[in-house]
Amino acid sequence: MLDILGAALIGLGTVFFVAGTVGLLRFPDIFCRLHALTKADGLGLALIALGVALMADGAGDVVRITLIWFFVAVAGATCGHLIARYARRAMPEGRHD
Amino acid sequence: MTDPVIIFDLLLAAAVVALAVASLSVRDLFVAIVLFITFGLLSALSWVRLAAPDVALAEAAIGTGVTGALLLKTLRHLRYVSGTLDRAEALSVTPAAPVPAPVIWANAAFCGLVTLGLAVAFLGAPRSGPGFDALVAEAMPASGVDHPVTAVLLNFRAYDTLMEVVVLLAAVIAVWQIERGLSDAPAPVLGAVWEGFARLTLPAIVVVGTYLLWKGAEAPGGAFQGGAVLAAVGLLLLLSRLYVPQPSHRGVARWAFVLGTGAFAGVALLVAGGGRVAFEYPPEHAKTLILLIEGLVTISIAVTLAALFHGREPVALRSDRGRA
Repeated sequence: MLDILGAALIGLGTVFFVAGTVGLLRFPDIFCRLHALTKADGLGLALIALGVALMADGAGDVVRITLIWFFVAVAGATCGHLIARYARRAMPEGRHD
Repeated sequence: MTDPVIIFDLLLAAAVVALAVASLSVRDLFVAIVLFITFGLLSALSWVRLAAPDVALAEAAIGTGVTGALLLKTLRHLRYVSGTLDRAEALSVTPAAPVPAPVIWANAAFCGLVTLGLAVAFLGAPRSGPGFDALVAEAMPASGVDHPVTAVLLNFRAYDTLMEVVVLLAAVIAVWQIERGLSDAPAPVLGAVWEGFARLTLPAIVVVGTYLLWKGAEAPGGAFQGGAVLAAVGLLLLLSRLYVPQPSHRGVARWAFVLGTGAFAGVALLVAGGGRVAFEYPPEHAKTLILLIEGLVTISIAVTLAALFHGREPVALRSDRGRA
């Protein structure tokens, strides 16, 4: 039962990743793309981590998966911020808002 | 019936080749580096699929993480030198002079030779056979560790690993000869969010690196993987300017560079002095000796990789004072 629930969560997470990737490919400028990618991937990652945690063998594995989820999520958000920050600074003057 | 995962494996193999071709053929250097990093991540995934998690860890940490950081740092240096830093339209660097044709052909010839050698080795190898699995399994009780890969790297074939450590040492010596002086390039300003991220992850990276090293005795992990992760601490410190290399720190750095090689070679000589062959550890001390070597080699690898990222010997040259 837990396995089926876990697989369903992983499948749902994958859907979010695909949506984020479609956004990355289809949206017009860098900020829209980042928006689609970071939001969708953040949710997708959380769902996949939850699904994997449900299928894990013991408490140790669940702790490791939680830590991996936390640091990947924080690193992803920070990267998104850094890319947006760089893009905003590199823009020609007068287009800062 | 074939395993349905074979579809994933075929896609993965095709993607690795496609990324390699794209990374080599694209003109924009930044795009080339990003493609190379993606190529490294998929290579690591391929090693996982080939049931070689040790190689996967090394590929992810060194081949992708540290190498990617080195390439990006080099690109930033090139853009600083060519005066195209912080200009949106110059995301790539167009070399001032094209690479001479003889250099290109010499490179191509060497790459061709390596490929030819690999092909000969691959075609000459027996199609299937027992390999060395049985031999390694038989010798495991005498190795002092519980993980076959660590036993091979630090005991049965320790000589090869010593040479790898020497290669890293040679690399950092060469870099310090080529590039000296204090950098006058402006530090990248990364902002408060990034600083918070660095503060949060620094202690975690130290724990993960040490864990990888410790775990290496019984599971995938070890000195190179742990050292590469710990080198990330150095990268974060250098990037955030929490640590700025000073000329007076060179003595400590030099000791850290040679620590691993020295300890490795020292243990070999010590063992050889006791009437044994080099690296034929006495079984009752094997675990201790391997842990000692791995621990010191990890420190050396971490410091060396961080120094390579810094990319210059921090020495105050007369011209620096003049420029300031």
